Amino acid sequence: MEYFIQLFMSGMVKGSIYALIALGYTMVYGIIQLINFAHGEIYMIGAMVALIFGATLSAAGMSTGGVLIVALIAAMVYAAAYGVTIERMAYKPLRNSPRLSALISAIGMSIFLQNYVLLSQTSNYIPYPNWVPQFAFLNDYRNILNSNQLFILMTTAVVMVFLTFIIKFTKMGKAMRATAQDKQMAQLVGINVNQVISMTFLLGSVTAALGGVLICSYMGQINYYIGFIAGIKAFVAAVLGGIGSVPGAVLGSFVLGWGESFGAGYISSDYEDAFAFIILIIILLVRPSGILGKKELKKV
Amino acid sequence: MQKINWLEELKKSTLSALWFIFLTFPIMVMKVSTMGETPETFYRWGNLVYVGIGTFFLSFVWRYMHARKEFAAKKKSTEVGIIRSTLGKPKVKKPSLTALIVFLVAFPFIFSMYQTNIMISVLIYIILGLGLNIVIGYGGLLHLGYAAFYAVGAYTYALFFHFAQDWFYSLGLQTGLMFWIAIPAAVLLSLVFGALICLPVIRLRGDYLAIVTLAFGEITRMVLQNWGDVTQGPSGISQIPRPWFFGMRVDPIFASKYIYLIALAMVIISIILIKNLENSKIGRAWEAMREDEIACQSMGVSLARSKLYSFALGAMWAGFAGVLLAAKTTFINPASFTLWESVMILCIVVLGGMGSIPGVLVGASLMMLLPEYFRAFSEYRMLIFGLVLVLMMIFKPEGIVPRVRNKYTFEEEDL
Repeated sequence: MEYFIQLFMSGMVKGSIYALIALGYTMVYGIIQLINFAHGEIYMIGAMVALIFGATLSAAGMSTGGVLIVALIAAMVYAAAYGVTIERMAYKPLRNSPRLSALISAIGMSIFLQNYVLLSQTSNYIPYPNWVPQFAFLNDYRNILNSNQLFILMTTAVVMVFLTFIIKFTKMGKAMRATAQDKQMAQLVGINVNQVISMTFLLGSVTAALGGVLICSYMGQINYYIGFIAGIKAFVAAVLGGIGSVPGAVLGSFVLGWGESFGAGYISSDYEDAFAFIILIIILLVRPSGILGKKELKKV
Repeated sequence: MQKINWLEELKKSTLSALWFIFLTFPIMVMKVSTMGETPETFYRWGNLVYVGIGTFFLSFVWRYMHARKEFAAKKKSTEVGIIRSTLGKPKVKKPSLTALIVFLVAFPFIFSMYQTNIMISVLIYIILGLGLNIVIGYGGLLHLGYAAFYAVGAYTYALFFHFAQDWFYSLGLQTGLMFWIAIPAAVLLSLVFGALICLPVIRLRGDYLAIVTLAFGEITRMVLQNWGDVTQGPSGISQIPRPWFFGMRVDPIFASKYIYLIALAMVIISIILIKNLENSKIGRAWEAMREDEIACQSMGVSLARSKLYSFALGAMWAGFAGVLLAAKTTFINPASFTLWESVMILCIVVLGGMGSIPGVLVGASLMMLLPEYFRAFSEYRMLIFGLVLVLMMIFKPEGIVPRVRNKYTFEEEDL
């Protein structure tokens, strides 16, 4: 039973990390129907920036709590800046071209950013310091849930609530939903579509950066390549839940996290990564547009 | 042309330079070492100056290119058209084609083995590009797991050799013969594999299709990697025999020339086959499917069958290319069939021009030869490659050699 709970918790933590990244995918997809391949790289750059600023500050003698806050803010600011710049330079000129062009551009951007970090930093794994506060009350349950995991779960929950609030109840959220439904129509009723798209990239990048910092503190290392794998997994999660749907992305992430965790725990750990894809194929066979995806009506 | 407001332009460039200095500051200027007891930070202020000056000037180029693109959109570009119409004339076409083929056949005898090996890679990627072109260019189905079929081909040959070599020896046959048996087997197997993958995928559209094919590609690779009893796991299979020539052993010096010629012959046959396929009934069905699935269906074309054919036929070429790869390198492992491989092949098709056979030839040559001859910049080549992909899509999205659409022109008298 304890083994089961362990797997359950680790799956849930995995799922929350996937959810933080998948949200960016799904929001961007919902609005401009683009698989933003460079999203994983944003996540990596966010974590990298946090490491650089955090390590510099902690060497200068700042307390751990302060370092965590500053590093998180730096990561979010920079990820947002990168996300918006990429959108402006690589995707905006392609808004009216075939979807495949934008996809290739995103793949190109992903390769570019990976190598940009590789060349200006290093190709090796860099140890990542753990700035997350350690909660004393968890000491007895350490092999079920440690402080990092608890922190990840809490952050994800807060981000979900915050994002739901933005999308459901603010003016910008309303504009985002309108743009997702029909870009042209939204423009006609006076919504600044460019601004809405930039905002979507900004929100997605910020959540990805949060995920990046948390997972790197948890794993204890970072590399220029981490974004790619995480990005693919998160994308699978987004598709699983029904791409374009925000609750779908969260649900898909948890299904994926648990599926991987239980699959690796009970069946075979060699195929841990394969379970994600197998779950994806099975679910898409039953529901071709994801768990919560709306059924697309074919219209002439 | 409107007048250029230089003050405004200068302001824009300065702003973008400042923005990029801010963006690149933590990554390019700062560097931390967390190895020691306390982390140390290094500052590389030189990079800051480079980034500033670089983006200042490049932003002028960037805006100029955008302005030119808008300007060019208004008038039809004719450069490619002129080259095409000159090459299309039978007087020019026949001799130049003959000269090209003679040159390509003579290539391994003129140049060194090193060059020949590079050219074999180019030819293998041309075959892969031609195959993927059927799926993406003709069928309009985004396929991100093409490397799986490539792997099926390569592993068919490798495993056949691995398990049947003793039996072959006991029969008194040479292992060089295996290549010729492996080819039809690999082509058939990848065809079946392609059709099998297609079955669950038929119902999916667009991006769902892309992610499921990606998933299939990755699962295939993971199975190859983890099923150690059969596939030898990550270490792969080595000492795969090179092909023999009608029962004669081809000596190692000549072997790469021989494989080159086989690959070249296959490329030529493929081009002829695909050219005919393009204009056949099924080729027209693909074109209709790509343009509009609903209209295509209502005209009585079976979508499921067209998709199945395009997947299965596309996979066939990858299977063949896989056997060639195994014969060329005599060693294969799962690391050669990652998602990156699929992306590379996709880029060949898209850069060359989707649905265009000359495009695939140009795309594969550029993608393989440029990195090879710019080894001096080998550190930067992936960086440049990524950038080129983005810039190509922005400024020349139809590819280097765009597809010529079938046009039906009729004269007045016909009516």
